[in-house]
Amino acid sequence: MMVEISRQRKVVNAVMLSLSGLCTVVVIAVLFFILGYLLWHGISSLNLDFFTKLPKPSGESGGGMANAIVGSGKVLLLATAIGVPVGFLAGVYLAEYSGKAFAFLLRYVVDLLNGVPSIVIGIVAYAVVVRPMRHYSTFAGGLALGIMMIPIAVRTTEEFLRAIPNSLREGALALGATKAKTVFTVVVPAAISGLVSGMMLNLARVAGETAPLLFTALGNTFWSKGWLAPTATLPVMIYNYAIAPEEDLHKQAWAAGFVLLTLVLLINVTARVIIARGPASARR
Amino acid sequence: MATSTLSQQDSRLAVHSLFKRARGGDEIAYLLTLASAVGILVIVGLIVVELWINSQPTVHRFGFSFLTGTRWDPNGDHFGALPFIYGTCVTSLLALLIAVPFGVAASIFLAEMAPPGISNVLTFLIELLAAVPSVIYGLIGIFVLVPFNRDYLVPVLTHLFGYLPIFKGDFYGVSFLSAGLVLSVMVVPFIVSVSREVLLAVPREQREASLALGTTKWETTWQIVIPNASTGIIGSIFLALARALGETMAVTMVIGNTPKITASLLSPGYSIAAVIANEFAEASGSLYVSSLIFLGLVLFGLTIVINALARIFVITTQRRGS
Repeated sequence: MMVEISRQRKVVNAVMLSLSGLCTVVVIAVLFFILGYLLWHGISSLNLDFFTKLPKPSGESGGGMANAIVGSGKVLLLATAIGVPVGFLAGVYLAEYSGKAFAFLLRYVVDLLNGVPSIVIGIVAYAVVVRPMRHYSTFAGGLALGIMMIPIAVRTTEEFLRAIPNSLREGALALGATKAKTVFTVVVPAAISGLVSGMMLNLARVAGETAPLLFTALGNTFWSKGWLAPTATLPVMIYNYAIAPEEDLHKQAWAAGFVLLTLVLLINVTARVIIARGPASARR
Repeated sequence: MATSTLSQQDSRLAVHSLFKRARGGDEIAYLLTLASAVGILVIVGLIVVELWINSQPTVHRFGFSFLTGTRWDPNGDHFGALPFIYGTCVTSLLALLIAVPFGVAASIFLAEMAPPGISNVLTFLIELLAAVPSVIYGLIGIFVLVPFNRDYLVPVLTHLFGYLPIFKGDFYGVSFLSAGLVLSVMVVPFIVSVSREVLLAVPREQREASLALGTTKWETTWQIVIPNASTGIIGSIFLALARALGETMAVTMVIGNTPKITASLLSPGYSIAAVIANEFAEASGSLYVSSLIFLGLVLFGLTIVINALARIFVITTQRRGS
């Protein structure tokens, strides 16, 4: 009887443990499936024209997405210029200056902002920029993505600055440096590799955002006329081409998807490796 | 006249002294960082205010019945949001139904069984899954998942469970089912990484004490570790739910975009985020736009409440653990 029970327990143990392992394998298999599928379909649709030519009018085959690549670059540049400074400075305030009550409030609000669906941010950018100006613009898209970058910028800055030991600050202050000098010439440089890779992760996260660009940067099939004019972007192009009926556009969508995913994953892997190897490893 | 010059002088003095103090850079740095911090509060306030003000026309016209109305007719200027709310809830819950068992099981494997080296590598890979842009999931959804469902999964499902109302009706590929499946893949990484962390936060002594009493590894995990981490795991599920509710592109591409309330998962539907993504740029008429913005406000409110709950759950377990 005893033997029976213990055998049953062992079987249950083995079965459940293998099941949990199997689930992990399934989840990871999905990742490799996505990578493999995109690689296969993407590379076969990719050629030099994709990077150098404009989209062809519908019905004609060939063409590329040069305007969308440049457009994505412009939107992301704007987003970085808006989101990173604000988030970085607020993170410095949280880590170095803030009192407890205000820090609690700010952290809470930042978390809240991080949870806001991207499409809602798009609506707000539309209401604040597009509607008053009466036309879609690169700037509105950059603003939407910039707002989305703020929460992670704040959080990484605070985390990495907090990981810097206090003795560094005390040393600088003891030498007669002002607080600002201590923070910006001693503490921030000490955390710089973490900060930079944190911001890279942040950029990679918004680089694939599509929803907030649909009615801010909009999209077109020619070179954008400037920062205040609409522009095509890679993610929106992928979306538009994927839901279009033409087979040729689907190929372009695969190529664009491949380029976008490669970019995002490369940035991710690089940044994570830097963080894991960095001296101020502040992974909580 | 005299007072004005006096106050001018005054302000010039004030400016001068401020300038003097600021020259060291200390005050400037402080003010800059403070301004950024306050700026974030202002931005979030602005989001709420903009959504609220711009949705007023709809609130005045329909009031509460907007949320319970089932007719969405832009041409007739009649707007009811229930089909979208229904679609968002159905797809999100379906996603959780699939993602939670896989996610929790994977986190158990990563936290309790796999050697730390392997666990770190696998967790890294799963977190990469979270970095894949949602439009890419949509792309795979349209061209791989939808045909797969049409040719293999759904014929099997209807053959086995065709008598259930949730598997009745014709299937065209785009559907609640396809959207739920795509969403489930997208939210699994969030469940895994948060659950793994709360499991790792359970003190080692608990496991050792239980194992010393002669339990198997699985019994220890199931009866000791998981109950200890349960609120945190629930928190991770809520976090995943908030993601699923707000997810736009992948859902828009595979849900079918038909405002319809039906029990069948095989039928095409619509979700809040999808209708905003599809119709916002082309919406004409202030009532139409304001209805879409009101939907945005509903989505905003939903995700905030669920995120807040998730945070509370995760924080309570981590406190208890340490």
